[in-house]
Amino acid sequence: MLYRESGQFKTSYVRDQAIFPIAQDRWGLFLLLLFAAVGVPLIANEYWLGSILIPFLIFSLAALGLNLLTGYAGQLSLGTAGFMAVGAFATYNLVVRIPEMPILLAFVLAGLIAAGVGLLFGLPSLRIKGFYLAVATLAAQFTIEWVLTSFGWFTNYDASGVISAPPIVILGYAFDTAVSRYLLTLGIVVLLALVAKNLVRGAIGRSWMAVRDMDVAAEVIGIRLYRTKLLAFAVSSFYCGIAGALWAFLYLGTVEPQAFDLNRSFQVLFMIIVGGLGSILGSFLGAAFIVLLPILLNNAAVLLGGQVRADTLSNLELIVFGGLIVFFLIVEPHGLARLWQIAKEKLRLWPFPY
Amino acid sequence: MTPVERQIGDVLLDASGISLGFGAVRALQDVSVEVREGEILAIIGPNGAGKTSLLNVINGIYKPQSGHIRFRGRERRRYKPAEVAREGIARTFQNVALFKGMTTLDNIMTGRNMQVRSGLLAQALYWGPALKNELAHRLAVERVIDFLEIQSIRKTPVGRLPYGLQKRVELGRALAAEPKLLLLDEPMAGMNVEEKEDMSRFILDVNDEFGTTIVLIEHDMGVVMDISDRVVVLDYGIKIADGTPDVVRADRDVIEAYLGVSH
Repeated sequence: MLYRESGQFKTSYVRDQAIFPIAQDRWGLFLLLLFAAVGVPLIANEYWLGSILIPFLIFSLAALGLNLLTGYAGQLSLGTAGFMAVGAFATYNLVVRIPEMPILLAFVLAGLIAAGVGLLFGLPSLRIKGFYLAVATLAAQFTIEWVLTSFGWFTNYDASGVISAPPIVILGYAFDTAVSRYLLTLGIVVLLALVAKNLVRGAIGRSWMAVRDMDVAAEVIGIRLYRTKLLAFAVSSFYCGIAGALWAFLYLGTVEPQAFDLNRSFQVLFMIIVGGLGSILGSFLGAAFIVLLPILLNNAAVLLGGQVRADTLSNLELIVFGGLIVFFLIVEPHGLARLWQIAKEKLRLWPFPY
Repeated sequence: MTPVERQIGDVLLDASGISLGFGAVRALQDVSVEVREGEILAIIGPNGAGKTSLLNVINGIYKPQSGHIRFRGRERRRYKPAEVAREGIARTFQNVALFKGMTTLDNIMTGRNMQVRSGLLAQALYWGPALKNELAHRLAVERVIDFLEIQSIRKTPVGRLPYGLQKRVELGRALAAEPKLLLLDEPMAGMNVEEKEDMSRFILDVNDEFGTTIVLIEHDMGVVMDISDRVVVLDYGIKIADGTPDVVRADRDVIEAYLGVSH
């Protein structure tokens, strides 16, 4: 009864095309953001901020990037972590080699470099589709990892091949506490999520979805396939690159190429499958799900029977992940985001069944 | 039904000597078709006669082995569907080819994508010129929606629509592109009489109100004879007749190949 749009009349196309045409949704999001920006820093401790919320936000961003490519444009990619690595190492090199480089600019430039690399590895998509394309992006994953490990230049000739992020200072303010790093991450992620939403609700998003749903019809209506696909690769890699940079600079502090291995790519892929392909919200839900599930399992295990051995737990995690992915693929291919949408539709009619 | 006041203009599309083969199969052999501005041209023929192949050549999906196409006075060099669409040719498919994951509105909006001029950054901000542009296209699309009387399904994902409405949405998507030449591949296949009447009316209205030239493939002879100005008959990849419905109906070859003869 609370969630109903009756009485809210849309009198212009601008209003009709708003991201959240229903007032309750707008308020809900506003309150959520307010809570995330003000409430969370007040109540969350160092551990929650630094080890759960920051990685959750960064994973959301990476998932968002992959979702633009796979969920919206329909191009399957297994190179996500590779593009994240490009972002992380590009930021590092920009900061190390150009001392007066502002960090935010370095993030943006690193994103652009990742976009360039993504564009390069997106070239095969002009010729191949589906699983074959996935294999081609797998090549991106391995090539990038190999290049970053093999050539010392990228790690500034560090003996162990690890890069250490310098302290982050923006306009004289040092981001050295978990709260400040959390807020910075939140700001960047929210901004980029908004941009992503704008892209997918506009002409570019429609082109992507058209190519995804039926490429022949898209071409016949004047959409240039190669441009559309390459743009998807570039934008997606931009997002992944920024995510990688944040991962290195705002979450871990030090990072090696192996932190961005194939498993990481799969992890992000699972996020968008569980969260919902072709949904901005789904990227966040999926990331939350996969970041929080191990913690939940851990706590559940403790509650149920005291200590569980660490290796049992990690195996258990894999079993549950596998099971859930199969479950989602069969029962709800559109993921958690779709479940949320169904819940909202039901809520509009509640307490009546229809 | 005879369109007296309509003006049939100059040659809009001139396909001459088109030959197309797939391996040993010869889909089209030296077919020449002229489409005049403002007319409704029907292509008929038995299954496998090469009708769809001809449409595919006209909108650039297939590149013929020989022959030329002139559209709006210009010789075509590149057979790329996206570029042909930009020249002003739109089409619908025999099997509905909509973007299933999108709503009716988004599907039709996609028809105007090639006219969107704002860049990546402007669209990312959804502000200023990009927003203005988007709204202008929305307005144009709403006109198409009104025209086709599909206001009520504006926000419905097309996958959930019944077949007849999907066909109408597909027509809408093609119309949104404001084509000079509209190719319709069996727009009435699988429809009941009432739906066929609706679709025929839409086709006539499109031709009348927007002055769009239409080439359509159709099997329903009643419809073809009623709405078209001229009929081209293909059989085994060869053009066997070309003329007004009355002339074609009386043609011996056509009767033998297609319409059937009582022995």
